[in-house]
Amino acid sequence: MSFFTAARALVAATALSAASVAVQAAEVNVYTTREPGLAQPLFDAFSKETGITVNTIFVKEGLAERVAAEGANSPADVLMVVDYGNLIDFVDRGLTQPVKSEALDAAVPETLRAPDGQWFALSMRARVLYVSKDRVADTKLTYEDLADPKWKGKICIRSGQHPYNTSLIAAMITKDGAEAAGAWLEGVKNNLARKPGGGDRDVARDILAGLCDVGVGNSYYVGLMRSGAGGDEQKAWGSAINVVLPTFKDGAGTHVNVSGAAVAKNAPNRDNAVKLLEFLVSEEAQEIYAKANYEYPVRAGVAADPIIADLGPLTIDPTPLVDVSKNRKAASVLVDDIGFDN
Amino acid sequence: MRTRRDLASPSGSQARDRSDLAWLIASGVIVAGVATPILGLAWYASKGSGDLWPHLIGSILPRALQTTVLLLLGVGAIVSTVGVGTAWLVASYRFPGRKLFEWALLLPLAVPTYIIAYAYLDVMHPVGPVQSGIRSILGITDPRGLWFPEIRSLGGAIFLLGFVLYPYVYLPARALFMMQSPSMVEVARTLGSSRARVFRRVALPLARPAIAVGTSLALMEALNDIGASEFLGVRTLTVAIYTTWVTRSSIEGASQIALVMLVMVLLLVTLERRGRVRQRFVGRAARQRVAVAQPLGRGAGIGASIACALPILIGFVVPASYLLDHAVRRLAAHGIPDALPGWILNTVSAAAGATMVAVVAGLVVGYTARFARHPATPFLVRLTSLGYAVPGTVLAAGMLMPFAGLDNLIADGWRTVTGDRIGLVLSQTGIVLIIGYVIRFLAVSTGGIEAGLTKIPPSLDMAARSLGSRPARTVATVHIPLLRPAIAAASLLVFVDCMKELPLTLLLRPFNFETLSTTVYAEAARGTYEDGAIAALMIVVAGLVPVVLLARTSFREGPKASRRPRIDPIEAVAPAV
Repeated sequence: MSFFTAARALVAATALSAASVAVQAAEVNVYTTREPGLAQPLFDAFSKETGITVNTIFVKEGLAERVAAEGANSPADVLMVVDYGNLIDFVDRGLTQPVKSEALDAAVPETLRAPDGQWFALSMRARVLYVSKDRVADTKLTYEDLADPKWKGKICIRSGQHPYNTSLIAAMITKDGAEAAGAWLEGVKNNLARKPGGGDRDVARDILAGLCDVGVGNSYYVGLMRSGAGGDEQKAWGSAINVVLPTFKDGAGTHVNVSGAAVAKNAPNRDNAVKLLEFLVSEEAQEIYAKANYEYPVRAGVAADPIIADLGPLTIDPTPLVDVSKNRKAASVLVDDIGFDN
Repeated sequence: MRTRRDLASPSGSQARDRSDLAWLIASGVIVAGVATPILGLAWYASKGSGDLWPHLIGSILPRALQTTVLLLLGVGAIVSTVGVGTAWLVASYRFPGRKLFEWALLLPLAVPTYIIAYAYLDVMHPVGPVQSGIRSILGITDPRGLWFPEIRSLGGAIFLLGFVLYPYVYLPARALFMMQSPSMVEVARTLGSSRARVFRRVALPLARPAIAVGTSLALMEALNDIGASEFLGVRTLTVAIYTTWVTRSSIEGASQIALVMLVMVLLLVTLERRGRVRQRFVGRAARQRVAVAQPLGRGAGIGASIACALPILIGFVVPASYLLDHAVRRLAAHGIPDALPGWILNTVSAAAGATMVAVVAGLVVGYTARFARHPATPFLVRLTSLGYAVPGTVLAAGMLMPFAGLDNLIADGWRTVTGDRIGLVLSQTGIVLIIGYVIRFLAVSTGGIEAGLTKIPPSLDMAARSLGSRPARTVATVHIPLLRPAIAAASLLVFVDCMKELPLTLLLRPFNFETLSTTVYAEAARGTYEDGAIAALMIVVAGLVPVVLLARTSFREGPKASRRPRIDPIEAVAPAV
């Protein structure tokens, strides 16, 4: 009986993914932490244009560990993630390979890719402030203002350990040094209306509810909320806020993070992988990024979605992300040390 | 024990030793499989984590430890009170709705923790339906004007986890209350003890092993939970592991914390078992007759109905209606997603494959525990639960190195022999995912089967043997038919657990393999909750079917069933005590 059951289990195991076993046709294999709802339209457009099948695994955490463990036989061609920290981490672990492509170099500004082509940014998102339409008149705010005692009990933010926040804190450390950044973060903590948690959209919802007046969130959530993509309730959250594109106190620009991709070191379909990357920075794909997920295109000449364009012109803080990334760990330690999330 | 077996076994002690050895080896292989991801973690941990520990001890662990202890105490209090209380009510009394409550109290099992957290945050938010409703009744216009408990807090996490996890206690506690010799309760009653006193002095102490096991399963779930805790901003040890891994990209440090936590869990479990070693006889008691439930008076009856309805309302009805509402709105706007059949097929086939393997492995372990008289047996049997004692997300990471290593060996070997590239077969066929599910949930199937086996008296084996039946034949013709309800129940529980599973599925799956739970995650991560609601509802519905099946087989009475010693499947799920 036991053998029988085991045999049946084996057959079921093999059959369940018979359809997903790599086919021999032209294909490219993508490991990504991006959500299928966003990435799939991009891949579909690519397949339609090139006839190349895109196989996907959508992962949450552990993408780098999986590729590293799979080693030389890894089927991964393209690693596509959010947050420059992850991209740089891939390079540090030797999981990527350099790509030389005129199309990519022409489309992606130099500050938004690795000098040797180990990774390329594909889209951008700004770390902005959501402020209450009813209760906050001031719309010229800096990140430093978040620590101003006049906002005591009025600020909402997600976990300080979230990559979107450690990235911002790391940028602060890069600009002003660890001590000043620590004092700033302490000041923000003292102003919090509630424990850090939830997501960026919860910040807008809490502003609608009157729990707080000022919050920190990513730009694209404004598009997702206001467009009604997430339902009518979210529309109400999105319309309860004004969006401020803050700068640091030096006035240089707004903190921006990226989504990006790299070609895996052992990519079995290297050429198709490069083709996919080139497609992702094409005008067609960049428009999908702008329209479907309300991100800022990296390619010059492609317009942001009207909802995002309405937030005002984006000036990107010029501090190189590679420099900021060196302070990521320090930022995370700082969050723990001052007990930001407690 | 030994002498009786010697008498019953004509083949002599050599043959018995050989068969013992065969069982031990078979179980040893299973334990080796279960231990593989732990070794994977140990390998990561051994690579060192730099200056992580001083920082951890300085600013993270004290607080995370405190939060974790409070969370476990709180969840433990809720699951034991609600689980034992409702079990005692449905087992001992007759009151309106009792037949329904008997199985409906299991329903929260079908609701994953990450879903209940999303649902309650939405429902209980100041701009959500509950608070808006209360404010409009009270005539308050300012959303801040009404004080309301904050769900994004330790208290909120305790509340939500407690009310989805209590069935882990209800299940074995009810089984034990039903099984307890009713004469004990009756004697106590005739001697003038009040109902409350009988409960406190007789029923509760007798049920302690079941309560302890159920509570420890629930606590392990709570300890390893990441979805609800992180979402509600509760910084437990598991969240600290997760942060170390994701934010500091230090799988090495995360593995070290996870292993330390595992050692602590094993220590606590061992201490708890030591503490009630003398109570073994309880689990062995064969049921002679079912305790007769006493009718309750009108007021007390209504009280009992409310006490049983509340946990179902909180743990199931609220989140399920929330999902239903969102799913209906999504369906009205966009119709059924085209990919839905594929999600269901993937979910069900992966869960079914894993369930079959887990049950076979559970049988092997169960029989080892029954037959193999060896000092190592209890140790081996307990090790099969290792996968349940580690956070799923870390377990998944631990599986990567060993199984990818094996996969690479196969791929390279194949290429040497045939010259063809076949790629990573184990991972790309989904076999690694299924092995992952089995490792994670083997504790559940082993517990159920072991418990079922302990209810088959050894005298039956001896009778069969003395009639000339060989052991294999005894198993096939005597045990398997008797065990069927226990096997069915264990299968259903493992199946539901696999369907809800998220972290292993996300990390270990092959290409283009979306399941219901990965879809829920993906849509929730994007904030398009309505799209995810359909998949979430399907998980709950698919989890509901097994629960109802479980209940139906459990309460089916008939002339055929009464002829042989009946094993109540709900009872049989109660892990070995």
